[in-house]
Amino acid sequence: MIAIAPPLAAILLSPLLGALLAPLAERRWKRAPSVVAAVASTLALIVLLLQVPAIVEGAIPLQQWAWLPAMGLDLALRCDGLSLLFALLILGMGLLVDLYARYYLPTDAPRGRFYALLLTFQCAMLGIVLSDNLLLLVLFWELTSLVSFLLIGFDPSTAGARRGARMALLVTGAGGLALLAGVLLLGSVVGSLSLTEVLAAGDQVRNHALYLPILLLILLGAFTKSAQVPFHFWLPGAMSAPTPVSAYLHSATMVKAGVFLLARLFPVLADGGLWFALVGGVGLATFLFGAYVALFKHDMKGLLAYSTISHLGLMVFLIGLGTPLGVVAGLFHAINHAVFKASLFMAVGIIGHETGTRDMRRLSGLFVFLPITGTLAMVAAASMAGVPLLNGFLSKEMFFVETLDSPRIAGWPLLQWLMPAAAILGGAFSAAYSLRLIRDVFFNGRFDGQSLGLSKPPGEPRRLMRLPIEVLVAVCLLVGIFPEQVVRPVLSLGARGVLGFVPDYHLALWQGWSPAFQMSLAALGGALLLHLVRRPLFAAHARWFPPARGARSFQRLSARLLGLAYRARQRIESLSLPTNLRWLVATAILLATLGWLMARPSDGVPIRWIAVTPMPLDGPSLAAAAILTLSTLGVVLRRGDRLWALLLTGAVGLVVSLAFVHFSAPDLALTQVSVEIVTTLLLLLVLTLLPSSLDLRPPRWRQRRDLLLAVSGGIGSAVLAALMMLRPAKPISEGYLQSSEPLAGAGNVVNAILVDFRALDTLGEISVLAIAAVGIAAMTRGLTLRLPTRGDTAGSRARPEDDGAPDRDVRHPLMLGAVARPVLPAALMLAAFLLLRGHEAPGGGFVAGLVVGAALILLQVANGFGWTAARFHPDYLRLIGVGLLLALLTGLGALLFDRPLLTSAMLHWPLPLLGELHLTSTLIFDVGVLLVVTGTLLLILESLGRLGNSGRDTLTIGTSREAG
Amino acid sequence: MEWLVATMIGLLIGCGIYLLLRSRSFPVVLGLLLLSYGVNLFVFAAGGLRVNQPPLIASGQPYADPLPQALVLTAIVIGFAMTAFVLMLALRALSELGSDRVDERQGDEES
Repeated sequence: MIAIAPPLAAILLSPLLGALLAPLAERRWKRAPSVVAAVASTLALIVLLLQVPAIVEGAIPLQQWAWLPAMGLDLALRCDGLSLLFALLILGMGLLVDLYARYYLPTDAPRGRFYALLLTFQCAMLGIVLSDNLLLLVLFWELTSLVSFLLIGFDPSTAGARRGARMALLVTGAGGLALLAGVLLLGSVVGSLSLTEVLAAGDQVRNHALYLPILLLILLGAFTKSAQVPFHFWLPGAMSAPTPVSAYLHSATMVKAGVFLLARLFPVLADGGLWFALVGGVGLATFLFGAYVALFKHDMKGLLAYSTISHLGLMVFLIGLGTPLGVVAGLFHAINHAVFKASLFMAVGIIGHETGTRDMRRLSGLFVFLPITGTLAMVAAASMAGVPLLNGFLSKEMFFVETLDSPRIAGWPLLQWLMPAAAILGGAFSAAYSLRLIRDVFFNGRFDGQSLGLSKPPGEPRRLMRLPIEVLVAVCLLVGIFPEQVVRPVLSLGARGVLGFVPDYHLALWQGWSPAFQMSLAALGGALLLHLVRRPLFAAHARWFPPARGARSFQRLSARLLGLAYRARQRIESLSLPTNLRWLVATAILLATLGWLMARPSDGVPIRWIAVTPMPLDGPSLAAAAILTLSTLGVVLRRGDRLWALLLTGAVGLVVSLAFVHFSAPDLALTQVSVEIVTTLLLLLVLTLLPSSLDLRPPRWRQRRDLLLAVSGGIGSAVLAALMMLRPAKPISEGYLQSSEPLAGAGNVVNAILVDFRALDTLGEISVLAIAAVGIAAMTRGLTLRLPTRGDTAGSRARPEDDGAPDRDVRHPLMLGAVARPVLPAALMLAAFLLLRGHEAPGGGFVAGLVVGAALILLQVANGFGWTAARFHPDYLRLIGVGLLLALLTGLGALLFDRPLLTSAMLHWPLPLLGELHLTSTLIFDVGVLLVVTGTLLLILESLGRLGNSGRDTLTIGTSREAG
Repeated sequence: MEWLVATMIGLLIGCGIYLLLRSRSFPVVLGLLLLSYGVNLFVFAAGGLRVNQPPLIASGQPYADPLPQALVLTAIVIGFAMTAFVLMLALRALSELGSDRVDERQGDEES
């Protein structure tokens, strides 16, 4: 373990930064995103290559930062041979796809978004292969599923793309959840989620009772991602993605994440029998199934999709053999498949682009028009078929060798015969569909452009668009002819990353007249045979083979589940607020009653319900209680008479404030009084807008039921409150009282709790305020209200029609206006005073904010909204934002001094004459609170005011005087 | 005294619940107001009742419990924002539906 200068994290950060930059770059220059992507991938590639010397020496570059240590989640990266192999594949393919997509995408496509997603995917995929922490790996795993979803649905206007995207997300996302569960179990067995430690604990895992569930869950994750039967059906659906995406995600890299995972955890999970049966069995079945179905697909991309499924099955099978050589062959085929399949996808993309169709029944004779692309595609297809001199031949031959003499099947004569046969059969089918693809598209008669509605004959694409295909095909040939020189270094590093050693394996073009070579010939011969009998074969397939049902039954299942959820919701959900609230209240009462009945003393000592001697009653308290009772009942009984109800509510609020004063809570009393004023103003404003009508008389039984709920709720909470006040409990706030002065420098403990000890809570609370304000402002947008006719308000007269700007001719009460103006500076002084002394004495940002707000509202009410807006019209939303930022930045400031978020700082500053000025950073936080509170108040009132002004009639209080 | 305060809390919460279950928006808002008075007092009372012992360090021990006070202080302000929000919601509903009823029988004739 040695640290290496260029950090591994740079490999991930480079594409991530590119993803952020790409959309921004698009604004400057339409084609800039592809340049950004190329630069980002190149930088990452350089950093990756700088790791190579260390890896060759046998070191494993590691890097880690603690992220959420309590959950075992570290940002831990490692780069061993296996990671290197896949990372090279991801970045190399990424560069070629960047270039190809630059010319493939239509000119009006949102390139910034496309490249941002592509680079995000690249980052996530690199994260999977470089993670040294299993949770981190799962995180990146899910991120690739998400980005894949967004890329498949890149053109959301087609139903196929939406369906395919959703299906891919559901299948791979569900697999990711299974993987998460498996990884967590694995971590609990090993005692660590670090990959390095997990890899060292293979025996412990395999002998553990949880081995089987771990294996099954992780395999579920790998199989869904790598489209193994029976989870394969999402991959053909994903072909609605743009072709560069299909080439990159759905053949070269993302679908290989499952293969990577199997190789990664091979030393831990591969035990022998069970591993072989599950992984090898599923892989072989997928190999055969995919190869068979691919032959009968008429869509070029569909054929390639099923071929990808088949080849993924091949890789999974090879790793499932559980032998070192199987692993080597599997990794080798992963590289080869990426190379030839991506080039085929790109070629198919060109054909589709030039002819407007991907249906092989409508295409023919294209070789004349696309000789170069055709030749390239032919070489790539030959590699896919396993023709000698090409890379696909080599890995397929390794596969044939493995089926012949795997130690797993030594004791099973039937398997010894069956496996090679299956291999030849699958090989024959893959050669046959390769042949069909080339023959149907490029030959097979003359090209008929007219039936396709083409105005011009198809032609070769731009040189640079073809370049990626040329590079890939060159790799096919180079690897095929000089395997020893070209691919062995990387492959050996990869194998060592998995196994810890490099097994003895042969890479040679000509290995003699071996059984494997004979099997290759047999497969190619079988392909010719299949080609000759293709007509009856296709007919038989159409007649006997059941139509593909995976995708359809999946969709039916999900539609049924959605319907079920919808119906279940309809049964529960009522559109009536009272009904919903009734259930809520009844449940609360029921739960409280149950809790009461089930209360048992924990240690056998009977519960002492009442331990405090109650305080004696006094006259003023009784009088206040009487006022409260009368006003509360008054509100209930006179709720139809809205002005009365409003005044009585105000009376209730005032008595509550008095209670706060009496019971040693001066801060609460100040706040309650200020809020009381503002609430009353607010309700007065709304009063004119809501229709005045009496409560409906509901049926008697319903009234009784509500009364029952209200009475039991009231009695229950009264009893609970009394017991709570009289209980023998020590408060948990002793610590606050003791540390307020020394730690927070505050004499007012309530304020210290708000702006210092629990400042994070306060930050959350002012955020809630801000959200409410924004919500209110949004609801007033486009709101039109028919003002109730004024005839029903006693003493008022109908006003002449006016034109929507009525504020000018509304006269406002002279006295109120005259008083309100001087009140403002006084109120501002008072607010400043309250704010500054908040840390020592009752006051603080909340109260000060309310006072400022109330003073400004008074001004508006007295002089009209128009008058005020002409003189003073800040952007309240911005005010709220500034307040929130101020509070947040004060908290973040603590981080600069290496203190936890929202730590306070103190400053004592002796001033001449005035004494010592006592400043703490919490004062700035409190100013933030003030701004949010004031901004919220004014925004709410202004929203309502605009509402009134935009209507036929004005809403200012002044109108009521006018009536008189 | 504790029992008196408890009775008041019960009264406020009970009346609040009753108004909350009405079928027009204005009484519901009033109910919400009463309910929040009740709940605020309830949380406040959790710290026990003290007379002349404000939690100001200068005033000398013992102190009233500052924690419920801090909780209630923010609750009061947020309660105001929520009241305003509900009012605006009621206005919006009135404008969209042409009625201030909050139960399912929208559009019945008013009595």
